[in-house]
Amino acid sequence: MNLKLDKQTIWLVGGVLGLLIVSSLIGWLLSLRVRDEKGRATVQNLNARTRAWWMMVGVFGLAMATGGIGSVVLFALTSFLALREFITLTPTRPGDHRTLFWIFFIILPLHYYLIAIKWYGLFTILIPVYAFLFIPIRSAAAGDCENFLERTAKIQWGLMVCVYCVSHVPALLSLDIPGYEGQNGKLMFYFVLVAQISDVLQYVWGKTLGRHKIAPHVSPNKTWEGFIGGIISATLIGAGLWWATPFTPLQSAGMSLLITLMGFCGGLVMSAIKRDRGVKDYGSMIEGHGGVMDRIDSLCFAAPVFFHFTRYFFT
Amino acid sequence: MRNFFAGLAKLVTGANARWVGCAPDVRQRVYFANHTSNLDALVIWASLPPPVRELTRPVAARDYWTKNKLRLYIANKIFNAVLIERKRPTTHDNPLADMLDALGDRHSLIIFPEGGRQAGTEMAPFKGGLFHLAKDRTDLEFVPVLIENLNRILPKGEFLPVPLLGGVSFGAPIKLEAGEPKVSFLERAENAVKELQKT
Repeated sequence: MNLKLDKQTIWLVGGVLGLLIVSSLIGWLLSLRVRDEKGRATVQNLNARTRAWWMMVGVFGLAMATGGIGSVVLFALTSFLALREFITLTPTRPGDHRTLFWIFFIILPLHYYLIAIKWYGLFTILIPVYAFLFIPIRSAAAGDCENFLERTAKIQWGLMVCVYCVSHVPALLSLDIPGYEGQNGKLMFYFVLVAQISDVLQYVWGKTLGRHKIAPHVSPNKTWEGFIGGIISATLIGAGLWWATPFTPLQSAGMSLLITLMGFCGGLVMSAIKRDRGVKDYGSMIEGHGGVMDRIDSLCFAAPVFFHFTRYFFT
Repeated sequence: MRNFFAGLAKLVTGANARWVGCAPDVRQRVYFANHTSNLDALVIWASLPPPVRELTRPVAARDYWTKNKLRLYIANKIFNAVLIERKRPTTHDNPLADMLDALGDRHSLIIFPEGGRQAGTEMAPFKGGLFHLAKDRTDLEFVPVLIENLNRILPKGEFLPVPLLGGVSFGAPIKLEAGEPKVSFLERAENAVKELQKT
């Protein structure tokens, strides 16, 4: 899984760094101009988000630079932190304790190990089949029947979303795409970039033009203007990055549309869970963004679908 | 070693200290908290800023912490714990006198007035020690502390922790009113801890 640093990778990385510098400058200018209290809070949050982006891009870049294994480790840690936030919000009982120990310390590392050694067959079924059956077995053995199905389902769901779905991002590195050998790092970069920039653009369009709420009960900040503007502009950016992917410009537009739509749905579903549990964010680890889960909710839903579309049509 | 332990505790429990009703301070205080896990004292102690932590001593059960050499070492060298007799208090082994001794004129204490770890989510009624402490030392601030989720990280009877996120909230200090009876003070103290759930 060695990744090489070719010209296109340098363009991608350079482009992202340029984008960060521009956003930092805009944030700085806004902080000079803003007068009222509400605006100041928004700009402060915006600048905290930009600072966090610098950190996240740095960590992601470092992981890419160390080759495939660095990316697998990074996403394993991301899954671990997201699962931690998810299970914290989920009311489990003492009878689940040993089950939780298994999913955090045995199933999660084993699943990512399978990606590292490229054992595709077991990678796709370890969690949906074996962990799915193991979780209720272990909890039943602990002897606590209260809300049994509910507890079991929540643990399974957390494992699917935080570990199984997220792991399809580094799994992109293991795809054998004819004519694209040794370049999968760019495909992963492209995917993360499109998914995240779609989040950012939906936020920007929503903050500037947003009027009509799209799902007021689930996610009060999401608006039709933000949705349409964000999806279209992120899809155009994704299409414009076709040269870094195995896709033609038109295919790249289609893939980007898929990523952005799934990403939007991911944000919506993960918001619904937050509303149900009565919290605003999953955690407080990333300044301005909330928890790890708040940042990767769109990746969770987009990654497996993008992975399988690419695998079906291009390998 | 003490700092290493404190750092480790914060990493394992992900505990975020929230100072809701007061700010960290080196003045003499008694932190009283609900008790759900063996990690409780460690996490409260670890979430205090280092200068405050140096002066703060957890009160713990002597029967538990003198059972083997390792426990004794941790209690004495890491936490500087105040070990009290909880099973058979006598005039020689008076927990209140031990705590007053330990406070002196510069230390603070961490105590768990429920008297033992609770298995469920409900708090047990507070024992009278807190009241007697408040009566003898009217100069102290009594700070309510709410511990959340630590019983899920390490439930009673388990030895392997699960990495969930814990929470420690510090509320507004309470004081014994002049002539306030024991029952009403203890009830006020219990409510002060419970109130923190809503913040």
